[in-house]
Amino acid sequence: MKHLKTWACATALAVGVTAGAVAPQPAQAQDTNYVPLLTYRTGPFAGSGIHIANGMNDYLQMLNERDGGIGGVPIAIEECETSYNAQKGVECYEATKGKGALVYNPYSTGITLQLIPKASVDKIPVLSMGYGLSAAAVGDVFPWVFNVPVTYWDGASVVINYIADQEGGLDSLSGKKIGYIFLDAGYGREPIPLLEQLAEKHGFELLQYPVPANQMQNQSSQWLNVRRDRPDYMIMWGWGAMNPTAIKEAVKIRYPMDKFIGVWWSAGEDDAAAGGQDAAGYKALNFSGVGMDFPALQDIKTLVVDAGKTQTDPASIGTTLYNRGVLNSVIIAEGIRTAQELTGKKVITGEDMRVGLEALNLTQERLAEIGLAGFAHPMKVTCEDHAGSHPVFIQEWDGERFVKVTDWIEPMTDVVRPLLEAAAADYAEKNAPWPERTEACAQ
Amino acid sequence: MFYREAGQFKTSYEADQALFPIRQDKIGLGIILLVAFVVIPLTANDFFLASVMIPFLVFSLAAIGLNVLTGFCGQLSLGTGAFMGVGAYAAYKLTTIFPDVNVIFLVLVSGFFSAAIGAIFGLPSLRIKGLYLAVTTLAAQFFLEWCFIRIGWLYNYNASGAIEIPTREMFGVIISGAEATPLARYFVVLTITVLIAFLIANVLRGRIGRSWMMIRDMDIAAELMGIRPLQTKLMAFAVSSYVCGVAGAMMVFFWLNAAEPSSYSITLSFQILFMVILGGLGSVGGAFMGAAFIWILPIVLRAIPNMLDVDIGAETVEHLAFMVVGALIIFFLIVEPHGFARLWQIAKQKLRVWPFPY
Repeated sequence: MKHLKTWACATALAVGVTAGAVAPQPAQAQDTNYVPLLTYRTGPFAGSGIHIANGMNDYLQMLNERDGGIGGVPIAIEECETSYNAQKGVECYEATKGKGALVYNPYSTGITLQLIPKASVDKIPVLSMGYGLSAAAVGDVFPWVFNVPVTYWDGASVVINYIADQEGGLDSLSGKKIGYIFLDAGYGREPIPLLEQLAEKHGFELLQYPVPANQMQNQSSQWLNVRRDRPDYMIMWGWGAMNPTAIKEAVKIRYPMDKFIGVWWSAGEDDAAAGGQDAAGYKALNFSGVGMDFPALQDIKTLVVDAGKTQTDPASIGTTLYNRGVLNSVIIAEGIRTAQELTGKKVITGEDMRVGLEALNLTQERLAEIGLAGFAHPMKVTCEDHAGSHPVFIQEWDGERFVKVTDWIEPMTDVVRPLLEAAAADYAEKNAPWPERTEACAQ
Repeated sequence: MFYREAGQFKTSYEADQALFPIRQDKIGLGIILLVAFVVIPLTANDFFLASVMIPFLVFSLAAIGLNVLTGFCGQLSLGTGAFMGVGAYAAYKLTTIFPDVNVIFLVLVSGFFSAAIGAIFGLPSLRIKGLYLAVTTLAAQFFLEWCFIRIGWLYNYNASGAIEIPTREMFGVIISGAEATPLARYFVVLTITVLIAFLIANVLRGRIGRSWMMIRDMDIAAELMGIRPLQTKLMAFAVSSYVCGVAGAMMVFFWLNAAEPSSYSITLSFQILFMVILGGLGSVGGAFMGAAFIWILPIVLRAIPNMLDVDIGAETVEHLAFMVVGALIIFFLIVEPHGFARLWQIAKQKLRVWPFPY
C-alpha cells in the first residue's frame, strides 16, 4: 500500500505536469477556408445529432474531393464535440475561433444564445439554420446572426395555418384546443409568444405540456394530461430522445396521429419509426429534400461514403436529418462562394463570410447547378431579413418512411414580422448597450 | 531536504499562529500567486484564459463553498448547483434594478440572497443527518431549478428563458458582457476567488471553523461542550451558500455571459461534490486541486490527439477523455480516499526526509 501511495503521488504529479505543458495551440495552414463544426455525437441528443453532423461533414468533404474545395481553395473541416451542452459549446467556440473560423453552426438554441453577443465582437457570423433566436431574423439589429431559411415563429404560424386549412379557415379555429408539447429549454419555449398571440387572435385554447430535458424519456405524466384534456391537435417541439418517446406515448394513449404535427427537428425517420406502423399519419414540418435522388447526394455516396472517408451509415443518406445537415453545408458553401465573388479573395475571413451570407441568393437554377434541384425552397437573404426564405412543407409518416403531403406553405409573415421586430428591439433594450449596426449593406 | 522547517524558530504568538507558519509554504504560495497574477496574464492566450482558467477558478470557489458545509461541518449537500443559481439570478436581477452600481459589488451582494436561501434549506439539518439530509438538499435543487424555469420575473420575462449579461465597465475597462476581454474577466475572477479563499481559510481555523469541525466530528459532544447546533449548522449553510452564490454569479457574469436554468442543474451539484471529494474533504487547497482535476484534465486530454496529429473523431476523443478521467477517479479514490490534499501531505512528508528516508 505504501508503494501504491508513492505511485499515486507520482501519477498526480505527472498529470499536473502534462496539464501544465499541454496548452492547445492554434495552427492553421493559410491556404484553406476553415469551417469548425460544433456537433454532438454523444449524450442524450446524439440520436438526432449524429445524422446532422454526418450530413454537414459529408457535403463539405464531397466538395473537397470533387471540386478541390470552393473556388479552388479546400475547406478545412474540424468537428468539436459539444454534447448539446452550452458550456462545452462555448469551450469549442473559444478553442476554434482563433484558427480563422468563418462561421459557427451551434445546433443548439442554448449555445446560439451564448454566441449571439460574441459574434459581433469576434467578427464571426453565426448561422443557426432554422433554430436559435427567432428575432435574429431582423438583420438591422443582428447583422452577425443568420437563421435561414426559416424561424421558429414562421414554423409555428405554418402549423396553425395548416390546422386552419384542415378545419376550414382561420375562423373555425375558435373554441378549438391545441396542445403544445415541448422541450423545456430555450428551444422549446421560443415559439410560445407567437402561439399565445395567435391563440388570442383566433380564439383557440393553447395547452402547454413542458418536458424537462432530464425527463425526456419519461413523458407518461404529460401524455396522461393530454388524454385528459383531449386537445384537437398536438404540436411538438422536440429534439433528441424526446421525439421517439413522445411518438411512442402518443401511440400508447391512442391519440389520433394525423392530428399530431412536429416541428422540422421532430421529423427524423428514427423518431417516427419508434411508433412503427401505429405512428402512420404523424406529420412533421420540413424544409429540406427527402430521399437521395439528387446528383449531389449521389456524389457524396460515391466519393465520400463508399470511399470510406466518413463514418456515415450508408442507409442514413437521404433521411430527413441527414439531408438537413447537407442543406446546412450547402448554405455555408454558397456563403463562401458568394463571399469569394464579392471580395475577390480566395481565402476569406469571418467578416467576408458575413457579407457572403447576407448576399446569399440560392435560386432554383443555382440549386439545379449544384445538383440539388428541388432540394430546398429558393432562399434570398437581405440585409433586413436574415431568414431568407420562409415557406415549409409538411411530410407524413406512412409507417415506413416520410412522404411529402403538402406543397410549400407560406407562414403568416404579416403577423410574424412585426413580432420579430418587437422582439429584436426588446432584446437590444434588455442587453443595452447593444451595438448599433455599423456593417454596410452588401447589396 | 528542500522542504524542512528545521531552524525556523517562532518567537512570537503571531508567527506561531500564521496561516502559513513554514517559510517554504510562504514562498510556494508567493510563487503560485506570482504565476496567477503576472505570468499567466502575460503568456496565456484567450482560449486558456476564457475556457480553462476562468471556469477553473469559478469551480474552485464553488468547491471551497461546498467544502465549508460538507468537509468542515459534515453536512452532505446536493443543492450546490441551485445555490449557485440563486447567486446568479440574484446578481442578474440586481443589475437590472440597479444598472449603475458596480457589477463586482452586486456579485458580492448576490451571495447574501444565496446565503438566506441556503439557511432556510439548512433548517432540516437540525433533525436529520447524513444521506437523509442529502435528500432534502436534493429537494432544494429541484425546487429552485423549477423556480428558475417557471418564475418569469427572475429572468425578466425573456422569450428564451435565459439570463443574458449586460455590458458593464469599471474604471473604463469593460468587465462583463461579450465585449469584455478574457484578461479583464480573468483578473476579476482571480481577485475575488483569492480574497474569498483567504477569508475562508482564516475563518476555518478560528472559533467558528473549529465549532463546525466539532459538530462534524461528534455533534452530541459538541453540544455538551457548549456549541449550539442550531446557530452553528445554519451558519455553515449560510457561509457555504454565500460562497457558492458568488461563484454562481461569477460563472454567468464573467464566464458564460448567458445562462439557462439547465446550467445550474443537478449535474453541476454533482460536479462540485466530486471536486470536493477528489480534492479532499476539509481542505481549502484540495478544492483547487479537485477543480483542476475535474475541469482542466478533460480539456487537456481532448487536446492531446490534436497535438500529436492523430486523426480520430471528435466523439471518440470525448469518449476516451471520459474513460481516462473515470479510471483516474477510481484509481485515486482507491489509493487515497482522502483526496489530493492528503496526497499532497504525503508528498510533503516524503520531501522532508528526502533523500534519506527512514
